[in-house]
Amino acid sequence: MQKEKMVSGNQAVKLKQPPLKKRITSYWQLYAMLLIPVVITIIYKYIPMYGIQIAFRDYKASRGMWGSELVGMRWFERFFSSPNCVRMIKNTVLLSFYGLLWSFPIPIVLALMINQLRFMRFKRVVQTVLYAPHFISTMVICGMIRIFLSPSGGLINLIAGTSIDFLTEASAFRTIYIASGIWQDAGWGIIVYMATLSNIDTSHYEAAKIDGASMFQRICFIDIPELVPTIVLMLIMSAGNLMNVGFEKVWLLQTDLNKATSDVIAVYVYQQGIESGKYSYSTAVGLFNTVVNIILLVVVNKIASKISEDVSFV
Amino acid sequence: MAKTKNKSLAGFSEKTSDFILVAICLVILLIVAYPLYYVLVASFSNPYEVYAGKTFLLPSQFTLDGYKAVFADDSIITGYMNSILYTVLGTIFSVVMIYLTAYPLSIKNLPGRKFISIFFIITMYFGGGLIPTYLVVKDTGLTNTIWAIFIPGGVAVGNMIIVRNFFENSIPKEMIEAAKIDGASQWTTFIKIMVPLSRSIMAVMVVFSMVAYWNDWFTALIYLPGDERAPLPLVLRNILIKSSASAGQASTISGGYAELNKLTEMIKFSSIIVAAAPMLVFYPFVQKYFEKGFMAGAVKG
Repeated sequence: MQKEKMVSGNQAVKLKQPPLKKRITSYWQLYAMLLIPVVITIIYKYIPMYGIQIAFRDYKASRGMWGSELVGMRWFERFFSSPNCVRMIKNTVLLSFYGLLWSFPIPIVLALMINQLRFMRFKRVVQTVLYAPHFISTMVICGMIRIFLSPSGGLINLIAGTSIDFLTEASAFRTIYIASGIWQDAGWGIIVYMATLSNIDTSHYEAAKIDGASMFQRICFIDIPELVPTIVLMLIMSAGNLMNVGFEKVWLLQTDLNKATSDVIAVYVYQQGIESGKYSYSTAVGLFNTVVNIILLVVVNKIASKISEDVSFV
Repeated sequence: MAKTKNKSLAGFSEKTSDFILVAICLVILLIVAYPLYYVLVASFSNPYEVYAGKTFLLPSQFTLDGYKAVFADDSIITGYMNSILYTVLGTIFSVVMIYLTAYPLSIKNLPGRKFISIFFIITMYFGGGLIPTYLVVKDTGLTNTIWAIFIPGGVAVGNMIIVRNFFENSIPKEMIEAAKIDGASQWTTFIKIMVPLSRSIMAVMVVFSMVAYWNDWFTALIYLPGDERAPLPLVLRNILIKSSASAGQASTISGGYAELNKLTEMIKFSSIIVAAAPMLVFYPFVQKYFEKGFMAGAVKG
């Protein structure tokens, strides 16, 4: 409480509003509401950020996060000289990049189509069904993937008349990961676009119809221009996450035989950190990942703000 | 809607394009829904028939053995109970945190508002990473307690922003002003006006949080080792991913290896249904609010 008041005080001094003290005290209830969320965020978000310094230390539980010996760049050097380093970076970037390439446009196309549906009940059914997979746990999804791809009687093999164990094929891993990702989340991804499209004044459509525009033309000349800012924004956010390949799904789909393509940084960070207890080393690898991500985020944001003035981020 | 039959340059008549559109949508529906339907049907069938390719539309050799086995399995029941507990507590905690943060930050002339907003938003893009967070959770004594499930990730900033924007854009300013003139404190305004008037967005937040906690297993994997506190998805990992029968099943089966193997396969299907069903039943009720929520929230960042 005390701390917050001081912080906000410092901020507001610049505004030079005379009754500041009065305003702050008159809002004490609001600051009180913020107290618990702020404390939780400081402890579990900001202190860990400060704790990243163990990437430059040799962490020993007895000496704690701040007292362990400084070792400079030792862990980074070890990572970069580890045999699978290049493979992991490559797999992370490629999995993410191909994922973005395939899964980014699909929700846009879906939203444009569904938005044109005129039978409201059918439209609602389509949306309900499309959202469904999003509400299923990764664990269950990966269980389903294993069932469908099973070499002995999995649906895919039944249809194709083969008995391939896809999860042991390194060449199939990215396809499995990305295709199942699209199945699960493309439907949910339409929400943001549907929300934007529902803002369009229907009189535009009526006018276009009177002028003889076809459905396709209405999409091209009314809907798409309206969507562009949202698309750019979503693209920035996804591109800024290019190095953030989620741990869960890769870990659950990884087998000893598909590691050539499924070995990614997130899984390595988990294995080295939680399973092997190499806290400092794992943190260093994770930090490398984060830094690359932030650089990407800044670069993409710069490019995007040059392209269109009114799109800004945060 | 005007009935105009246009044969225009780039397209078909209204009726034809409607027809094509509906046809495409039906195909998409099939692609999305069939895998779920297939698992549902398979869960009522003899797994050997399923793997022999005899089950596509209707169960073959209808049986409830899979479900019986699921509900007779202690580890699954424990997981189910744990998941319910974590979901209920986590959802309450999370929604309260979202509201406690969103309301103050929606007040335009709150001194320090911008600073505090940025303080929260930064955590969406930057964090300490796995191990530093793990060590802090451990040092604060949360490891091995159920608090670890929801306190460290307690403030869902993205959702908070959606609610904050809803407060700013969708609640009439006059109501807040009127309450102020009547001498209501900020707390009273919050409880008596903001909370009741935001029920739609609250429903969305409840569903989002429920789904997040029901489906989460990573937090438990790291902070809550041990079978007796594992949530459902983590219990299912043995069945679905490692494809191994739990000790509970093995001891209750008398028919030997083949029978055990059959049961293991059956449980895969029925446990998927049992795990996925609660959320799939819930979300359609608040679906109409999703878009509204996003409209008020995400895009305006």
